Amino acid sequence: MNFLKIVFFCCFIPLFAQANIEAQEITLENGMRVLVKEDHRAPVVVSMVWYKAGSIDEVNGKTGVAHVLEHMMFKGTKTTKPGEYSEIVAAAGGRENAFTGADYTAYYQRLEKSKLPVSMKMEADRMQNLVITEEEFNKEIKVVMEERRWRTDDKPKAQVNELFNSLIFRAHPYGKPIVGWMNDLENMTYKDAIDWYKSWYSPSNAILVVGGDVNTEEVFAQAKKYFGKIPAYKIANRKPQSEPKQNGSRRAILKAPGKLPYIQMGYPAPTLGKDGIKNRKEAFAIEVLVGILSGTSSSRLNQNLVRKTANAINVGAGYSMLSRGGESTFEMYATPSEKVSVVNLEKYLKLELKNIVNNGVTDTELNRVVTSVIAGEVYQKDSVFGAVMQIGQLETMGYSHKIIDDYINNIKKVTSKDIQGVIKKYFHEDALTIVTLDPQPLGKN
Amino acid sequence: MLIKTIFISILIFCSNFAAAKVDIQHWQSNNGARIYLIENNDLPIVDINVDFRAGSVKDTKQKNGLASLTNHMMVLGSGGVNEEDIANQFIDLGAQLNSSFDQDKSGFSLRTLTEKRSEAIDLLTLVLHEPNFDSNILEREKKRYIASINQSETMPGAIASKAFMKALYGKHPYALSDSGEVKTIKKITKKDLQSFYKNNYSSNDLSIVIVGDISRKEAEDLGNKISLGFPENKTALKIPLVNNNKAQEIRISHPAKQAHLYYGAPIIKRGDPDFLPLYLGNYILGGGGFVSRLTQEIREDRGLAYSVYSYFMPFIEKGPFQIGVQTKKNQVDQAKKIIEKTVAEFIKDGPTSNELKRAKDFMIGGFPLKLDSNKSILEYVSMMAFYKYPLDYLDTFTKKIDKISAEEIKSAFQRRVDMNKFSTVIVGSE
Repeated sequence: MNFLKIVFFCCFIPLFAQANIEAQEITLENGMRVLVKEDHRAPVVVSMVWYKAGSIDEVNGKTGVAHVLEHMMFKGTKTTKPGEYSEIVAAAGGRENAFTGADYTAYYQRLEKSKLPVSMKMEADRMQNLVITEEEFNKEIKVVMEERRWRTDDKPKAQVNELFNSLIFRAHPYGKPIVGWMNDLENMTYKDAIDWYKSWYSPSNAILVVGGDVNTEEVFAQAKKYFGKIPAYKIANRKPQSEPKQNGSRRAILKAPGKLPYIQMGYPAPTLGKDGIKNRKEAFAIEVLVGILSGTSSSRLNQNLVRKTANAINVGAGYSMLSRGGESTFEMYATPSEKVSVVNLEKYLKLELKNIVNNGVTDTELNRVVTSVIAGEVYQKDSVFGAVMQIGQLETMGYSHKIIDDYINNIKKVTSKDIQGVIKKYFHEDALTIVTLDPQPLGKN
Repeated sequence: MLIKTIFISILIFCSNFAAAKVDIQHWQSNNGARIYLIENNDLPIVDINVDFRAGSVKDTKQKNGLASLTNHMMVLGSGGVNEEDIANQFIDLGAQLNSSFDQDKSGFSLRTLTEKRSEAIDLLTLVLHEPNFDSNILEREKKRYIASINQSETMPGAIASKAFMKALYGKHPYALSDSGEVKTIKKITKKDLQSFYKNNYSSNDLSIVIVGDISRKEAEDLGNKISLGFPENKTALKIPLVNNNKAQEIRISHPAKQAHLYYGAPIIKRGDPDFLPLYLGNYILGGGGFVSRLTQEIREDRGLAYSVYSYFMPFIEKGPFQIGVQTKKNQVDQAKKIIEKTVAEFIKDGPTSNELKRAKDFMIGGFPLKLDSNKSILEYVSMMAFYKYPLDYLDTFTKKIDKISAEEIKSAFQRRVDMNKFSTVIVGSE
């Protein structure tokens, strides 16, 4: 599984920087959508099935079930044994993987181009004929608990992030961990997984995205053959669960074994409307702000806090303008240098925002973001996988993948004043959430 | 299912197959650097990777971390231009500069748009030829190194990995930590960096790989331009042979919820004729993600772990064969027994014919995936270039794989993989 947030965190540019991405599209009779993006540079194909079902669709007591089902999807169907599909994909020379995010669950294969039907046949089968036995579930849930220990429980920064999300989102399900609370995993049964599968794995809730050295019409024909007859069922209405306005800062401390303190701080931030228009100006202003703060090694946070003053060991900022759940955050995180307190580091980070409010950003800085985005768009063309991933993410979150075409233009339009405006409006003390890691000695075990 | 991602990256790193048709042009620069060019005009991009034999294996115990710091400091200011301006010049061109570092090598890569290649290559050349090694920046970066070393000494995976290399390599420099120790980093001076750079960044130990939209003529000029800034140095420190270390079992306590287990020994170096049979065999034993025996036993059948794997990581000299798993504290001894049994059975009996067929199908059928982008071609050919693989390696790879028999795999494992010499490190057992 994949924490989408972290993906957005680290790479401000590649997230979204691919023009002329336009794919061909059909909708099958059962409502399943199929998008194809041809790229004939190498004799390979990437095939992904995206389900509009992620941790934000879970209910209390069953957190983590979206991700658990992702694991169970490898455990056999009416006609195949557990693990058999992995063997089939491997024997076709393929690579496969799957990931669960807050907004979606996706399954993919990378294959030599003639092997595309291997993937389609398998995905179509497990979309309708998955078998979840109590015995397989009881083994796999242990694997998932090990995954949680490895991914979160033994990683202090991951624990900070988990706490941060639960503080900043009290009503919205983005506050729950994608991997699930341990106690929910301990009490989950195979029936919970079956319920999940029966609620969300309808073809009408899925999108197939194929990219690579393929013929679009042939892919459409294959998609019809394999997926077209799978019966659809009604997907329950989703509630927006919008986050109430925050009135006053929220602070927490997390203690965990380690040596270095760390802070993660952030503010609720607007997301780009599904029409690509609503909140556009603000969303792009925040996007450019993040580029100016932390897009490169000479961006403001690293240049000022790590290099010039040596107040921090590491710094960064992140924001995702895209979200299926309609909520997002702007975040900054930092590890202080030895003699710097977290209290002061928080001040320094806020000062960076304040400096922009007072003095604006320079044209040079704005131009650098534009240059990086334009170059990044060309570089992204080297990766078919990246294109397929982007189309799938956007479409599953409820956007048209075509909004990418306007990305550079919208980046270019952002002014210093726009950036000052969003900071003043959204990133103020009463909207702050901050979690501090207080490292503890390892002690005796 | 992150586990699969982990496996894929390991495959790219230490396996070496390859590609449908990658037309590699190869020549030597005027002073002995090895240059490789793969012309490809589909996209207006040029990728360049430059590798030196200047990894942590060149460190001494007293100044451990020097090789890494040298690599790191090289992108922080050159030719009197400060770190901020250098970074901004790359950014203003839309170019990306990255550095990489491991036991054997120190690498630098540049990605640029074709139209900006000339300026970007000039900048790269400046970075490589005239590092400032500024004293103030060095002091600042040393503090960052020390903080990160201190931190890693509290992390169970990092503790285990370090103890494992120490157990396997004893006094050999492969036992040294990539990024040094707090004590040794403190001692490193600007002079040390300058002399390390002078002694280890030499043209005859340099490989340059260029992929993308650039002509042979330009590539030749660029190869000369970069390599001529480095002296030929035939007396560079030879990497010592790896002696067999005694098997050890090391247990280190830790409050983490999971115990981390590493198990293995130094086995094989680059270019060893047993590599392919061992590699193919290991896919079946523990390299092949969900379809490996170790994953079947540990994860699928018993739910003991999220990730269990094995791999051969050949270096210039003998690199480790390593098995790793993380599991709840009270399960680690059970996991260890199952791993030992699985490895022992594999060494004794080799693969079944069915397993062998599926492994070959995977390797051969998946061959085009290895080289499906300029970036992946760059990484792959850079590995070949650095370790001096024959040029037809990619062309003959699938044929060689296809010919390997179950008997050859069994024989290679029985001759080379001796479990009596395996060391075990467990961090965080009960």
